[in-house]
Amino acid sequence: MPTLFLFGASEGGLFDFDATLPLMAVQVVLLTFILNALFFKPVGRVVEEREDYVNTSRAEAKKKIAEVELLETELKDQLKEARLEAQKVILEAEQDSENLYKEALALATSEANASREKARREIDSQRDEALNQLKSEADNLGGLIVERLLAKQ
Amino acid sequence: MGFLPFVFPLAELEVGQHLYWQIGNFRIHGQVFMTSWLLIGALLALVVIGTKKMERDPKGVQNLLEFLWDYIRDLARTQIGEKVYRDWMPFIGTLFLFIFVSNWGGALVPWKLIELPSGELGAPTADINTTVALALLVSLSYFYAGLSNKGLRYFEYYVHPTPIMLPFKIVEDFTKPLSLSFRLFGNILADELVVAVLVFLVPLVLPVPVMFLGLFTSAIQALIFATLAAYYIGEAVEEHH
Repeated sequence: MPTLFLFGASEGGLFDFDATLPLMAVQVVLLTFILNALFFKPVGRVVEEREDYVNTSRAEAKKKIAEVELLETELKDQLKEARLEAQKVILEAEQDSENLYKEALALATSEANASREKARREIDSQRDEALNQLKSEADNLGGLIVERLLAKQ
Repeated sequence: MGFLPFVFPLAELEVGQHLYWQIGNFRIHGQVFMTSWLLIGALLALVVIGTKKMERDPKGVQNLLEFLWDYIRDLARTQIGEKVYRDWMPFIGTLFLFIFVSNWGGALVPWKLIELPSGELGAPTADINTTVALALLVSLSYFYAGLSNKGLRYFEYYVHPTPIMLPFKIVEDFTKPLSLSFRLFGNILADELVVAVLVFLVPLVLPVPVMFLGLFTSAIQALIFATLAAYYIGEAVEEHH
């Protein structure tokens, strides 16, 4: 039956030091150089390149955002000015049209007044004429009546 | 010499037996290298597949690799500091990845299906040689990091903040690799033993939650080892004022 070898056996044992130790050390040192060449350097390069890329992209994006914000405020100012101008134009146009309306109204009113005045004067003159005619006719008739009455007597 | 006074009836369990390969005058543990080569091969295959065609919009394996890279970078950066973490990131990352694939490979791959003439395949980190090798590498690294960054002023660290600290700091240089290696070794070996014993005693259901616990422990141990290694290096390169 196999037995459990332990401390310090001349043949075998758990603490059996021999040339395995330096050979293993050399092997690990070699592995360090191999892994450095195959793993740490190339992967490090890729990772650091990506980190640089991300950092520069982020910086660029930040710059662009700042530019955009500047443009936005500028445009907003322009928009505000344009709006004010438009309001002014509208106000002016409204005033113009009001003025035009007022002028037209005044003109029309004065024309109407004038023609009404003219008409009233014509009416007045015709009425005066008619009254005069009536008066003269009444006078004639009166004279006639008086003559006739005087002639009968 | 090394026999325990009692004999466990663990037919499936061969602790402390190794498959020896003779190279010149030296002997090495063959099973450790076999599993470690397989696992390193799998890791490298994953890395090669993931980095074959990398794009700015990551897809598939590239995502996983980038996640790992990011994770390791954060670990190294928080422990070592902004200034020099780049120099040490590959080392910390290799420690983390190697320990992680070793631990998980030991727990997930059914190595027991492969019969060896002696010993058995398992996590490379369940062998004390591996963990001591890793821990000694960490010790060398933090000395090198401190000396290369600060020159001889590195030794100010030993008398910081007061010279009374000197003996403690010196002892720390020994306890650091000791605790690093034994923590990893003990955890992984204990996990394998617990699972093996449970599978042997109750081959149904019961080992499954313990296996999941083992996976959790394995991941945590890899993280702890890498974090502590990074912390030691960070401690060595830190500037005192």
